[in-house]
Parts: sequence; C-alpha cells; structure tokens
Amino acid sequence: MSGTGNTIGTRGLVLNEPLIFEQGSPGRVGYSLPPVDVPEKKAEVLIPKRLLRDGIPGMPEVSEVDVIRHYTRISQWNYCVDLGFFPLGSCTMKYNPRINEDMARLPGFAKAHPYQPEELSQGALQLMWELEQYLAEVAGMDRVTLQPSAGAHGELTGLMMIRAYHTSRGNPRSKVLIPDSAHGTNPATSALCGYRVVPVKEGPRGIVEAKAVAEVMDNEVAAIMVTSPNTLGLFEDQIVEVSKIVHAKGGQVYCDGANLNSVMGISRPGDCGVDVIQINLHKTFSQPHGGGGPGAGPVALKKHLAPFMPVPTVEKKGNRLTLDFKRPKSIGKVRAFAASFGVLVRSYTYIRSMGSAGLRRASEVAVLNANYIQSQLKGTYHLPYDRHCMHECVFTDALQARHDIHTVDIAKRLIDYGFHPPTIYFPLIVKAALMIEPTETESKETLDQFIAAMKRIAQEAEENPEVLRQAPHNPKVTRMNETKAAREPKLRWRPTS
Amino acid sequence: MRYIPNTDADCKAMLQAIGVRSVEELFADIPAAVRLKRPLKVPPALSESEVARQVRALADKNANADRYSMFLGAGCYNHFSPSILNHLVLRGEFLTPYTPYQPEVAQGTLQALYEYQTLICLLTGMDVSNASMYEGASATAEAALMAHRITGRSEVVMARAVHPEYRAVTRTYASQLGISFREVAFTEAGVTDIGQVRKMLSERVSCLVVQSPNFLGVIEDLTPLAEAAHAVGALLVVAVAEPVSLGIVKPPGECGADIVTGEGAGLGTGLNYGGPAVGFFATREKFMRHMPGRLVGETEDREGRTGYVLTLATREQHIRREKATSNICTSESLIANMSAMYMVTMGPQGLRDVALLNLRKAAYAKDRLAKVRGFSLRFTGPTFNEFVLRTKKKPGEILKGLLKRQIIGGLDLGRFYPELKDCLLVCVTEQNSRPEIDALAKALGGGR
Repeated sequence: MSGTGNTIGTRGLVLNEPLIFEQGSPGRVGYSLPPVDVPEKKAEVLIPKRLLRDGIPGMPEVSEVDVIRHYTRISQWNYCVDLGFFPLGSCTMKYNPRINEDMARLPGFAKAHPYQPEELSQGALQLMWELEQYLAEVAGMDRVTLQPSAGAHGELTGLMMIRAYHTSRGNPRSKVLIPDSAHGTNPATSALCGYRVVPVKEGPRGIVEAKAVAEVMDNEVAAIMVTSPNTLGLFEDQIVEVSKIVHAKGGQVYCDGANLNSVMGISRPGDCGVDVIQINLHKTFSQPHGGGGPGAGPVALKKHLAPFMPVPTVEKKGNRLTLDFKRPKSIGKVRAFAASFGVLVRSYTYIRSMGSAGLRRASEVAVLNANYIQSQLKGTYHLPYDRHCMHECVFTDALQARHDIHTVDIAKRLIDYGFHPPTIYFPLIVKAALMIEPTETESKETLDQFIAAMKRIAQEAEENPEVLRQAPHNPKVTRMNETKAAREPKLRWRPTS
Repeated sequence: MRYIPNTDADCKAMLQAIGVRSVEELFADIPAAVRLKRPLKVPPALSESEVARQVRALADKNANADRYSMFLGAGCYNHFSPSILNHLVLRGEFLTPYTPYQPEVAQGTLQALYEYQTLICLLTGMDVSNASMYEGASATAEAALMAHRITGRSEVVMARAVHPEYRAVTRTYASQLGISFREVAFTEAGVTDIGQVRKMLSERVSCLVVQSPNFLGVIEDLTPLAEAAHAVGALLVVAVAEPVSLGIVKPPGECGADIVTGEGAGLGTGLNYGGPAVGFFATREKFMRHMPGRLVGETEDREGRTGYVLTLATREQHIRREKATSNICTSESLIANMSAMYMVTMGPQGLRDVALLNLRKAAYAKDRLAKVRGFSLRFTGPTFNEFVLRTKKKPGEILKGLLKRQIIGGLDLGRFYPELKDCLLVCVTEQNSRPEIDALAKALGGGR
C-alpha cells in the first residue's frame, strides 16, 4: 500500500535509536576540560554542604561518538526545508541561506557579551540600527524595536505599547477587535494585556468589511488586530477605511505581519493606516525555524507610539551608536539584554543579499507560486474563496468528504509523496481547511510535483480511499495516538531505580 | 537571484497557466492608493563575497571573548561549547523544520525535545518541564503569571537580588494584569532577607520569586524561603540564570521550589550578544496543566511503536485563544536542543567537573582580588562563579583602565543598584585561566 510510483517520496533506511537515557555506560565521557590550575579546594569548603547536591542521577554517560550518532540518527526522522517543499500556510518557511549561519557565528557576534561597553559593541549596534531602518522602510513605519523573540512576543509588545499609549491619554480602554480568521495568538495576546476580545466577522469576500467594524467600534476599543494579507491569503482591501473608522474613535490599528512576505516593495502596512506591526524574521527574512524557534518578532510602529517602545532603543548620536535606556514612558523590558541578536544578523545578511529589487521580486514570485498552485488545483479541490490570492491559497476537503476522506487524510498522504503537509484545519472560518503557502524559493518543477501529488491523492480518494485513511505509510511511524498522549501525559523519561 | 529558482520563462509559463498577463494582475486587490510607487529604500543586492566582507567588518568592530579576557557574566556566561554542538545544530534536519505539527515526519525534533524536557527535570530536580521559552527573563515573568492563575492572588514578592532585567520583564508582563509588586532587600551576606520575606508574605501573595545563585553571585538557601512561601499558600519561583551552577549546587526541586525557570544559554549555546538564548521552565506534576509553552509527550502509533507528539494543546493559544495559558507559539526549540546536547555530552561527571572548575577558579580569583589594595569583598555569603568586589576607585574608571589591557573586568553594579555604586560584579568561568586571573589582579594593582 505504500507504493507511490514515480514520485520523490520513497522508503529508505533509517535507524532505530532509543532515548539517550537508555544508552551509555558508567564512566563513559563525551567531554574534556582543562586541568585545574588553581588550588583544588573541596566544594564543601567553599559552599555549605546543605546547599550542595550529591549527583545527577539519570544523566546519561556517553561518548562524543555516541552523541553524534544519537542526534544524527534521530535528525533523519525529520522533514525539513532542506529536504523539500514545506507549504505550511502562514507558518511556512523559505530556504534558509547558509551564508547567514556563517555570519551569525563570527566571533565578533557569537562571542560578544551584551553588557560589554558600547564603544566595543559599535558593530552590533550598527547592524541593529541599519536593520531597524530597513524593516521600517519595508513596513512603512517610523521606528522598530528589535527586542521581541518571536511573532507572538512581538504582538504582546505591540499591544502593550498600545495600552501604554491609551493609558497616557487617560484610559487604557477595555476591548480589542479581532476577526475570526486571526491567528490564535491574537486573542491570547489580548488576554495577556487584560483586554476583552470582541470578534469581528469577515464578509462574504473573506475580508474584514469597514461596515462590520463600524458597528462594533466605540471609545472602549483599544485596537483592532487585523492580519493583512490575511489567513485566507487575501489582501484586506478595506484596511484603509477600517483604519479611518478605528482612528476616528481614538483606536489603534495593529497588523499581524506574519504575511508581510507577500507585499515587500509592493504595498506597505504603514501606508494603509496601520500603527503597529510585528515582523516575523523567521518567515519573511529567512531565519531558520529550528523546529520551533529561535525566531524574532521585531515590532514596527508609527512615531506617536515611539515613547512607549521597550528599552533599550538603538540611537545614533553623530557617528556613535548608543543604547538608550532613558525613556520614561517606555513599557519597560520584554526580555533580558538587547534582542535575539543572532537572528538579527541572519536577517540583516539576507536583506543585504536580496537588496531592494530582490525583496520585491521575492514577494512577486511568492504570490505567483501561490496562484499557480491555486489555479492548478481548483476543481480538484474545493476553493471556498475563488479569487486571486496573495501568499497562500486555501482549499477544503468538501469534494473528498463524500468518500469519507478528510483534510487530515489528504495531509498525511502527502507525506508519502515526499511533501510536508500544508497547515490544516486553519483558519477556523473555513471548514476543514488546507492552507498552502509555497514561498518564492520553490521552483516550478517542485510545484508541479506537488500539484501532481495532490491530484493523485484526489484520485485515490475516489478509487482507493483506504490508502489515504491509513496514510502515511512511508515514515518511520504511522499516525500517532494523540488522545492517549493527552489523557495519560508522559512528559519525561524517569530513572527506573 | 540565487534563492529564487524560477526564471522569467518559468514565470511566464505559470502566468499563462493562471490565465493572467502579468504578476501585476495578481496584486489587483491592493488599492492603488496604497501601492508603493517607488523602489524600497534598501541598498541594492550584494554578492555573497561582498556581503560576507561587509558583515565581517561590522563583527570586527566588536570586542569578543576570544580577544578579551572576559570577566563579565551578569546573566550571560562565557562557557565553552564543544565543537559537536555547532555541527549538530547546523544539520538541516534540525535547523530547517518548522514546529513539529506533523509528528510522523518530526520524530527527530520531538524525541530531542522529550529528552530536553527530561534533562531539565534532572538538572533542576523538578517533575515536568516544557519544551522551552524565549529566554530566562520572560520565562520568569510567565512563572509569575502562572502563579497568579493557580492561586488567584495578585501580589508578587520578588527578591531585589533577582537579575534586574528579569525583575523588569516580570513587571512589564504582570502590570498589564494589575498584579502588584514588592521587593525584598538583600542582607550583608548578599542573600534575600528571610525576615523581611516573612513580613511581606501574606495570603494575598501569589508567589515569592528568588534567584539562585542570585545576581550578586550568592547562593540562596532556598529551603526556608520555600517554607515561608508555602506557609501562606504562595508558590516559590526560583530563577536560575547560571545553569552550570546546578552541576554542584542543590537543585531547587530538592528545596521546595514550585516553579523553576531560568536561562539555558550557559549550557553551551553561547553569548551571542545576549540572544538567541533559551528559557527553561519546570514545575511540579500537579501544576502541569497550568504551564505555558509547548509540551512533548510520549505515545504510540497505530502499530504500537513508541513515538512523541506535541501534547496538552488545550492549554495553548491555537486551541484556547483568549483562554490560553500563554500566547507563546514559536519559542527556542533549536537552542533548547543545543543545551540538551551539551548536557548529554557533559554527562553527570562533566557537569559536576565544569561546575567545580568554575567554583574553584572563582574562589581563587575572589581570594586574590580581595587582597588587592583598594578592593574588598562586599558580601559574605557563599558564591559560585561570580562575586561582588567593593572598590575605592569608581568601578567605571577601573573597568575603562582594564580595557587597555584587553580585559573586560566585570559589571559596574551602579548601573542597576544605586546602593552598590562602589561595587563590581566579577565572573570567572572555566574559560578564564589562572594567568588571566593573575593578570587581572595585577592590572588592579595587585603586584606579582
């Protein structure tokens, strides 16, 4: 049942590998340390015995070779962008250039201490200052804080600034408007800022309509959080009117910038009336995602919000760059030290490699690639919003459901064909969504292979649905029992003794 | 552009297949008024060799721990990272996947994170750990929010000896929800004043937050602090900014801590000018479902084979939206796994040995520097690899003088503590040799 014919997905040798805790032997070591060149005082002479530990039972004892083999073996169980197409809509990743890795590892960055004197950190500060200018230009904003460690952290920082802004004007306000198609982080962030979420329904065209916003907008609304282009892959074409309505009642417009990758050099959120936007460097600016971070979520903002930026900001005084901590209206700090600096180095290198025209080209090709997939799969899969899309296209399983084949089955079968599945069952406003985002770093041949696999799966749904229900067949493991994982949580290995 | 494979001919073929004449048509939804009618003001593209040269020029303007003797710690510690760590995290299979939403093709990341969670539990002495937070300060802030959710109380008591930036971040987070703060002073020993703690604790307090070793380098006696917190139904949150200390210092889990957070970067992931780093977050089994962040759990597939998945997602933003325990989504998986690789490479003996090396070298430096005229130890409590010197001359001037000898001598504590403006925080790790320590003493006027 696993045969998938002439496709890139196939079976191959992978090795079993137990947990590291089940390996090694007492006395085996994987480290070397310099000799002790100072008096060898006993620990209990320096620290009272009651504050010392006896040992760390359970820690594995393995050699360097064991460590390399262990991690190399398990690494081969992962799918990744380096292997192939990863069309995980809204989250997706473009190719991660290797020069960026080399640059982040230069000793002047990797071995610099965040508290070393400013005069000995001018290179790091200059990189941050320039990156701020570039990001502000792409987003059409006035300032950027580089501190937030991820997109959701950026949202939180942005909303805190909005809250501080309102507070400074006498009332923090109590509500945030959020369209139903928003990422789950938007409502969670609002709650962390003490705001009540007021949902806004999208109109029939899949976008937030000015009239719907006008109905719920009042003087207690602190902000609207709008994702543009949105999670249906559509540009919020009423965003200018929406911004006017929100601003007229003193509210702020927060844009979730997760999808900024489709409008670089084409349209700028700041020109659409947006006051604050977070920029996911791990998506738009090529930071590798590492299986769940590190990312970074710099927040770009209009100048009326600049007094509330987290400290420190990077400022230029003549030829000297400096970290400014003296910002009395600042929301404070959102992380220790200046930023996820290594991530900034990668994105800076990416921007300098792409250049102005290259960034625009990236957005154009990303949108072209998404529309190509949409045009080729339309008819084979149900397309709930049948218009040109931006960075991603959203299908559903409506045509397959009559064979009792569902989004999850389609997604899992794609694995057998050698592709990572799209984002599934999101956005929530589309029933059983398949959200496909290709990015600009995929070639037409790759897209054609993916399209062929999707068409073949649709055919299998009619002719041999069972093969889909049992998918995936090729990976090391089949579908996992997630209910068991949640009902009887086992979150760690335990020593048996 | 080498990152964009499609040629003009490819694009043309795709446009034809879509049924449009130009890419412009695909952007028709964007109102003309908000189209950018000029090129972005970003410099033109550079070739690979040019970009490398320019970025290297920036890097070369910075001091770094290879070129300077580094005696600066203060929450970011200069430890050795075995070569294999870098090679392993550069494997594309770890570097370039997304969050493991499809477990069948993400068992590598998932098993590695499951092992990471276990290693953090072993190191901290706690029951359960999540799969990482952004970094130490925001992890500590999230711990305060978790204590607020568990106890329903809105007052935090925090030691002044907690890292100033951890305190600042916790305030930023907690103040959004109207949580109030009180700060506990430190004693002449450099530890949190237990007498004052007892006075401040009440049934309105959700948690007591301390750090050990604390920002002044002193190891806190956590057990009585835990007892005091528990006596009023509050939780004890312990932040550990220097995880290498746990190679020999009694883990907070054995001292009654309810939540242990901290910065994992000391576990071989590097200085990186402060980030990316990795926050760790561990707690008691009974609080498991209150935790923020991703959790990896063991389960089995349809054929009964053991495997791992992201689990207990009903705590999280993508399911619970505004009722989630946190908004965290992308965190620091790769750095967490790198720290796991460090712990595994070091093993129980290596973790103990490196901790002991830090302790002994710092003890030597402490003795040596305290004997230099014009310097004395500010606090009497036991320290790990960091200690506070009181100075006769202004700390800022001393540090400036040391730079001329390629020594970054420590932190001027006046930056964070006005009451310690005559004090230097000095850190000594396994990376500092005895000759380096002697050179520091000599530069400060200590002869030899």
